[in-house]
Amino acid sequence: MKLLAATGMLGSGFQEASIVRGVDQGAAMIGCDSGTTDFGPHPLATGRSQFSRGAVRRDLEVILVQARRVRIPVIIGSAGGSGGDSNLSWLADIVRDLAVEHDLHFRLAEIRAEQSKETIHRLHAEGRVRPLEPMGALTDEDIDSSLHMVAMMGVEPLQAALGDGADVVLAGRASDASIFAALPLLRGFDPALCWHAGKILECGAAAVAVRTAPDSMMAELHTSSVDIEPLRPDYRCTPQSVASHTLYENADPFKLPEPSGVLDTLHTQYEAVSDRAVRITGSVFHPATQYTNKLEGARSVGYSTIIPGAIRDPMIIRQLDAWLEVLNENITARLRQTVGESANYTIATRVYGRNGVMGQLEPINRVEGHEVMILWDVISDSQELSHSIAASLSHMAVHNPIPEWHGLISGVAFPFAPSEIDRGPVYEFHLNHLIAPESPTSLFPIEMTSV
Amino acid sequence: MRKTLAEAAKLIRSKNAGPFWLTFDVMFDEPEVYRCVRDQDVLNIDRVARLFGQDPAVVRVFTHDSALAVKVSFPRPNSSGSALDTDVFGGQQYAPLMDLTVELGGPFHAITEVTR
Repeated sequence: MKLLAATGMLGSGFQEASIVRGVDQGAAMIGCDSGTTDFGPHPLATGRSQFSRGAVRRDLEVILVQARRVRIPVIIGSAGGSGGDSNLSWLADIVRDLAVEHDLHFRLAEIRAEQSKETIHRLHAEGRVRPLEPMGALTDEDIDSSLHMVAMMGVEPLQAALGDGADVVLAGRASDASIFAALPLLRGFDPALCWHAGKILECGAAAVAVRTAPDSMMAELHTSSVDIEPLRPDYRCTPQSVASHTLYENADPFKLPEPSGVLDTLHTQYEAVSDRAVRITGSVFHPATQYTNKLEGARSVGYSTIIPGAIRDPMIIRQLDAWLEVLNENITARLRQTVGESANYTIATRVYGRNGVMGQLEPINRVEGHEVMILWDVISDSQELSHSIAASLSHMAVHNPIPEWHGLISGVAFPFAPSEIDRGPVYEFHLNHLIAPESPTSLFPIEMTSV
Repeated sequence: MRKTLAEAAKLIRSKNAGPFWLTFDVMFDEPEVYRCVRDQDVLNIDRVARLFGQDPAVVRVFTHDSALAVKVSFPRPNSSGSALDTDVFGGQQYAPLMDLTVELGGPFHAITEVTR
C-alpha cells in the first residue's frame, strides 16, 4: 500500500507534478497536515490560519482534483492552523468552493476537536486529566481562562469517517502521524510500520538529504518493512536522512508517543534500496495501557505595546544594568502616580547585543559590541493602558541619567516615530495535558455531508 | 587534533519540540567523528546544563547511531510565543554548543550495538 503526503504543511506548497506522479504510481490516499504550534499560540487563540486562504486553496485544489481523478481518500489533519472549530470551518469552506469550481462530488467528513469548558471541567472532575512535563496539574482557572481548547485525535475518528464512506476527511486537531496511519491500520498493516511511515510523511519531503523547497513524499508499506521515496526527481533519501528525521522536533528520538501507544525506534534499521529510496525495518509499537488524547489550549495574556530603542554611548552600555535599574525604579514610581497601585502590567526588557535572543539561557551575559538595542514590551489588560505606560516609559528612558554626564541627556535612539507600537492582543499556550477519554472517538464528533 | 563542534558537525540546530520543550541536534557526516563526540561524552548532561544554566535533572541527552547525531532536550524557560519568550521557533538557541570541542583521532569504541 502506498501513502502519499502532499507536503509538510498545507499551504506551504509542492510541485503539482509530484502529486500527479504519486497518484499515477498508485497512491491509496493523499494526506496532509494543516496545523502546527510552530508559529506560537495565536492560530489557536484567534481561530485564524497562519497561511493565507490563497496559499491553502492552491494546495488543496491540486490534492482534491488529483485524488478525485482516481477516487482515493484525502485526509487533512489539524485543519486551518490549529484544528479548532473556526479553523476547521474555514478549511471546509475552501473545500466546498473548490468542489463547486471543479464540479467535484464526494462525501465530506468534518471531525471536530475543539473542547468546551463544560467537557474539560467534567473530565477534570472525573480525574481523567493529567499534566505532561513540564506542566503542573490542571486547575479550574486554567480551563475557565481558555479562549480555545483542542484535543488531539488519534487514528480512530479518522477511521470511523472512512468507514462511513468519507472521501475527504477534514479533521480538527489530530496527531500528525495519524493522518497517514489511519488507512493502513484499517487494512491490517503492522502498527509499527504504519506509525513510522506516518512520522516520516507528516513532514512531507523534510526527510530528504537536501530539501530546497517543501514537496511531497511517498511511503510504500510491505509486510515487514516500509520504503520511503521522494516524488521530486531531484530529491533523494539516504538512510541517514530518514534516520535523522526522528530527531526533528521530538524531545526523545527513540520514543515517539501517540494516543494509542509509543513508536519505539531504538532498534530501527535504515537501508538504501536505491539511490533515492530507503527501507525501514525493526521499529516496534508498544500499545498504551491507557489511551490518551493530548489537550492543548491558549489564553489571553493582555495587550502589548512595544518600544524598540538603541544605545551607542559606551558609558551607558558599560553600566547598562545599573542604568536599567534606575529606569525601572523611576518608571515604577511614575506609574504609581499615573495608573495607580492596582494596575496590572508587566514590562519585559530584552537587550539585543547581550541576551536578547537567548534570555536566561545565554551563557555570554554581557555586551561585547559597541551598540545595543533594547526592546521593551509592555503588556496589560487593555491596549490603552499598555500604550500609556509605554509612552511614559519611552520618555523616561530617553532622558534616563548616568552619573558621568552632568545635565539632561538623550540616551536612547528610537528608530521610529511614534516610538510606541501597539501590537494588539497577545496569547500563550497554557495547557499541555493528557486526557484519558471514555473512548478514542468520544471527544471528536463527525459530521458527514454530500458535496 | 582538537576541533570545535562548529567545525566537526555538518549541522547544529535547535527547534521547539512542542511549545514547552527545546531540542538541539548535533549531526555529523563521518561515523568516526560522531563516535569521537559520542564516546568522549562531549555533550554530557552536566556540561550542557551548566552551559545553559539549567538543572541537570531536566536535561536529556541521546546518542543516535543511525542518524550519526547527538540530541539534547530540556524544557523551555518560557513557552513558545508567550510574553517572555525570545525565540518563537526556538531556532537560535544552539550557538553555545558550537564552541564545545572534540579530540578527533581520540578514543572511540567500535559500534557493536545501539547505545543510548
